[in-house]
Amino acid sequence: MLGRTAGGLYWMFRQLERSENTARLIEAGMRIALTRSSDVEKEWESVVATAGQRAAYLERHERYEPTTVIDFLLRDRSNPSSVRSVIDQARANAREVRTALTREVWEATNNTWLTVSDALARPVLQRELPTVLGLIRQESAIVRGSLHGTMLRNEPYSFARIGTFVERADNTARILDVKYYVLLPSASLVGSSLDNVQWETILRSVSAQRSYRWRSAGDASARGIAEFLILDRQMPRSLIFCAKKIDNNLGHLAETHNARHDAHKQSDALHSRLAARDIDSIFDEGLHQFLQNFIASTYELGQAIETDYQFTA
Amino acid sequence: MRLVISHSTTYTYSTPVRHGLQELRLRPVSGPCQSVLAWDTEIVGATHQLLFDDEYGNRVELIRLTAGATETVVTARGEVETEDVGGVISSHSGHAPIWLFQRSTPRTAAGTGIRELCRDLAEADDEVTLLHGLSAAIGERVDYVPGQSDVETTAEDALVAGAGVCQDHAHVFIAAARHLGYPARYVSGYLLLGSSEQQDASHAWAEVWLEGLGWVGFDVSNGISPDGRYVRIATGLDYRAAAPIKGLRYGSGEEALHVELEVRAEWESGQQQQRSR
Amino acid sequence: MDVRPGHFDEMHGSGTTVRAPYVDYQDWFADEDPRRLLKKSADAEALFRRTGITFNVYGGAEADERLIPFDIVPRILAASEWAVLERGMEQRVRAINAFLHDIYHRQEILRAGRIPTSVISDNEAFLPQMIGMTPPGGVYTHIVGTDIVRTGENEFYVLEDNARTPSGVSYMLENRETMLQMFPELFTKSRVRPVSEYPTDLRTSLGACAPAASGNRPTIAVLTPGIHNSAYFEHAFLADQMSVELVEGHDLSVEDGRIVMRTTRGSEPIDVLYRRVDDDFLDPLIFRSDSQLGIAGVMDVYRAGGITIANAPGTGIADDKAIYSYVPDIIDFYTGEKPLLNNVPTWRCAEPDSLAYVLDHLAELVVKEVHGSGGYGMLVGPAASKREMASFTKKLKANPSKYIAQPTLALSTVPILTRAGLAPRHVDLRPFALVSPDRIRITPGGLTRVALKRNSLVVNSSQGGGTKDTWVMET
Repeated sequence: MLGRTAGGLYWMFRQLERSENTARLIEAGMRIALTRSSDVEKEWESVVATAGQRAAYLERHERYEPTTVIDFLLRDRSNPSSVRSVIDQARANAREVRTALTREVWEATNNTWLTVSDALARPVLQRELPTVLGLIRQESAIVRGSLHGTMLRNEPYSFARIGTFVERADNTARILDVKYYVLLPSASLVGSSLDNVQWETILRSVSAQRSYRWRSAGDASARGIAEFLILDRQMPRSLIFCAKKIDNNLGHLAETHNARHDAHKQSDALHSRLAARDIDSIFDEGLHQFLQNFIASTYELGQAIETDYQFTA
Repeated sequence: MRLVISHSTTYTYSTPVRHGLQELRLRPVSGPCQSVLAWDTEIVGATHQLLFDDEYGNRVELIRLTAGATETVVTARGEVETEDVGGVISSHSGHAPIWLFQRSTPRTAAGTGIRELCRDLAEADDEVTLLHGLSAAIGERVDYVPGQSDVETTAEDALVAGAGVCQDHAHVFIAAARHLGYPARYVSGYLLLGSSEQQDASHAWAEVWLEGLGWVGFDVSNGISPDGRYVRIATGLDYRAAAPIKGLRYGSGEEALHVELEVRAEWESGQQQQRSR
Repeated sequence: MDVRPGHFDEMHGSGTTVRAPYVDYQDWFADEDPRRLLKKSADAEALFRRTGITFNVYGGAEADERLIPFDIVPRILAASEWAVLERGMEQRVRAINAFLHDIYHRQEILRAGRIPTSVISDNEAFLPQMIGMTPPGGVYTHIVGTDIVRTGENEFYVLEDNARTPSGVSYMLENRETMLQMFPELFTKSRVRPVSEYPTDLRTSLGACAPAASGNRPTIAVLTPGIHNSAYFEHAFLADQMSVELVEGHDLSVEDGRIVMRTTRGSEPIDVLYRRVDDDFLDPLIFRSDSQLGIAGVMDVYRAGGITIANAPGTGIADDKAIYSYVPDIIDFYTGEKPLLNNVPTWRCAEPDSLAYVLDHLAELVVKEVHGSGGYGMLVGPAASKREMASFTKKLKANPSKYIAQPTLALSTVPILTRAGLAPRHVDLRPFALVSPDRIRITPGGLTRVALKRNSLVVNSSQGGGTKDTWVMET
């Protein structure tokens, strides 16, 4: 297949994943803002920081007012990561790679674009926000579902999946990193109810508050949450899960092409680095340090994939 | 006359090449006034892609610049046996219709200056004399001054500036000839100079189609019609169509050009240099 | 339904009786609830929107994608009517290919004085880069879309031979697909010839024109200017239907004397490039050097015989409006036959007598720019205001050779479904011919374009026209 098509698929699925992740971040932000009266602005600031858009935000706005932040993250076309922008880009990419998609995936994507553009055509009122955020997550899920249900497990599928998991890995790592201080063992010693709220926000940001409760049998701890989001092999948004999926899909490509590249080496390394760890050693290394390294490695891996598979000339 | 030619063109790039192509029109073909005895091109910093004949019947070689190269060198060398046909090639070969050579191009569009030049032309008994008059008039108006013009210079600009090189002389002549209603074409080639074997550029002149006579050559820069000292390489509507090297390069950075050209006559043993045909 | 006086209605003729090809349809229609049909019509639009069958509007915002309105009443042609069109088109297409070969080689037709040399020599559409060039298989126009109009029971006229890159075939296919989904019962009742073979035929036909050195399964690719092009949907659609890559200029380059595409496995050579990029933009080394849409070196590879470009560059010289009026001579010269399809009588304003006639009869004529397209830059005499006529008179006098004039034809109508029931609207027809060295394939049907405004003669989608499914009956 064309290198450009591979790139289009990769980015299309990164963008769809990002739209969904941004919607979740806003949901978690709203929740914490409802629960806590103080420091609301600080919470919204960390939402913007997790989305990786702090600098872009500060270019346009001075304060982290909830309505401003939400509009910036959902609708602002000058923010390339706003839901509206990424859905536009995802659909443009889908048009570009139309021949590599099944009719179902294309129609689902086109429909997502029509629906979400319509929902975001005007500023979203607070009382409509839960519905709109739900819609964004749902639309992205429909595209993913049609991908699973109708695409051959061949090259296009692998690039779509790699895009999804590179984006997701980056997102989970950022969520953890922005809040890493509330997960430090020293912080949990305090054991205040404040941290419980923070922990819940983290879990909500990855839609895992319930699954974590099941997993931990109700025993929440900073260590447990960090372990769950970094090393749990069954948690579909954990770092190790994403790394494994990337590695598997790169493996399929290597098999099909009968060729291994730099990206395969990097991916193997990334995955085995996680597989060999336990959570204590990560805390020993320093959680922040570890997450920063992970984010940097994921970025480099993304670059290597783009080069190895000739996304651009 | 047997001419031995060695022509090398070096492009030096300030940053490594990302991608680029060059069309080389550097292969003379045998015809009524010349037979090519041996010819070869050698390229460094690029790879050969294709060899084909263009719409004017020129042999064209396409080369691709090697990614990462900072220099390409194109060397053409060989031997050509020429015949003095008094600058006249009586037949037209190829499928390009004669009327095509009446089309003006951006470089050969007639402006006010060229129209005036044509108007002021001395009357003549026959067409050849008239065109020699035109050639002489251009020679007087446009001094041979290297460095005053470049490959984009138009005929009209060169005439107004009053300075140029052989390429500009040919363009002005072609523009005027077409304005007078004659089909005319640009010829790129080599010329054996009396003064020195070393030259710093290849040569160019013009040909006009005269009904009943054929293609008649006029070398404005030297005020004569081509003879046995001339080797024709390529023809076209103007410089752009017949240029020895025409290319396209992607990537930033500047390029510098250096040409080394040697044209000498090969004398068979016992022959004296004076005995030219 | 009232037919438009003085105009032939393809369903009702000139009166109230239903013409033979429409009898079955009429029976079905009579039993239908018009409200249900209008609802279906709205459903069809929603379907097109959802599936993204849109075209981009030139000069509009990036996201300005529009639907071409679709009317659910089919345009029906009897087998005998189609047979006439098919033979006529085939003859025209054959003659045009012969003309193109000649005009880029010995130009016998000019030597014979059948076309004045100035018509070619003054024409921008004549591409010097094609001189002496014989494309692989000798085919110049691989795909032709001939615009045909009808004025009576047995009167058809060719308006234009689109020999460059005719578009609209995706609508022919999608319109049929939509009709099959919405009204399956209609197709059990009426025996309609299928159009679904087109993509396979296109692939076979293009493959048969591959350079001699290509293998048994030549690699074909569709070259698109990209997602912002007005016909992008069609480009993607055709690539998908043929199962070939949809490429853009920056996917391609010259390597080892071939045109290769950049794939995830490295470079793969292409044998046949079905390009939907105009000549001017095809090769920045040869044509417009600022073009981002083309491939540097593709013309050189082409001249060296390393790739097939479909359609060949320079085919515009055959469908230019200045050439149009000579097509009957072209057919006669190369085939020795009389033209089977009529040309519209045409006054060439370059000729003084014709110009005088045109200026005297402006109110009755349609005046067109020789190089215009898409219904822009033309004057429809009977519909024009005094001011428009005066301004066109000036233009004509200043630059007569830029214009041709034709009588306004009494175009046929076909009913469309409106809130008030069936109503006659003017139509044209663009069937598609596929040319390969051994045969010409013409898909039974084509694109029927319909002017949605009452009494309007402009069917162009860019100016509010719609489309219909076109049925050619088995018997």
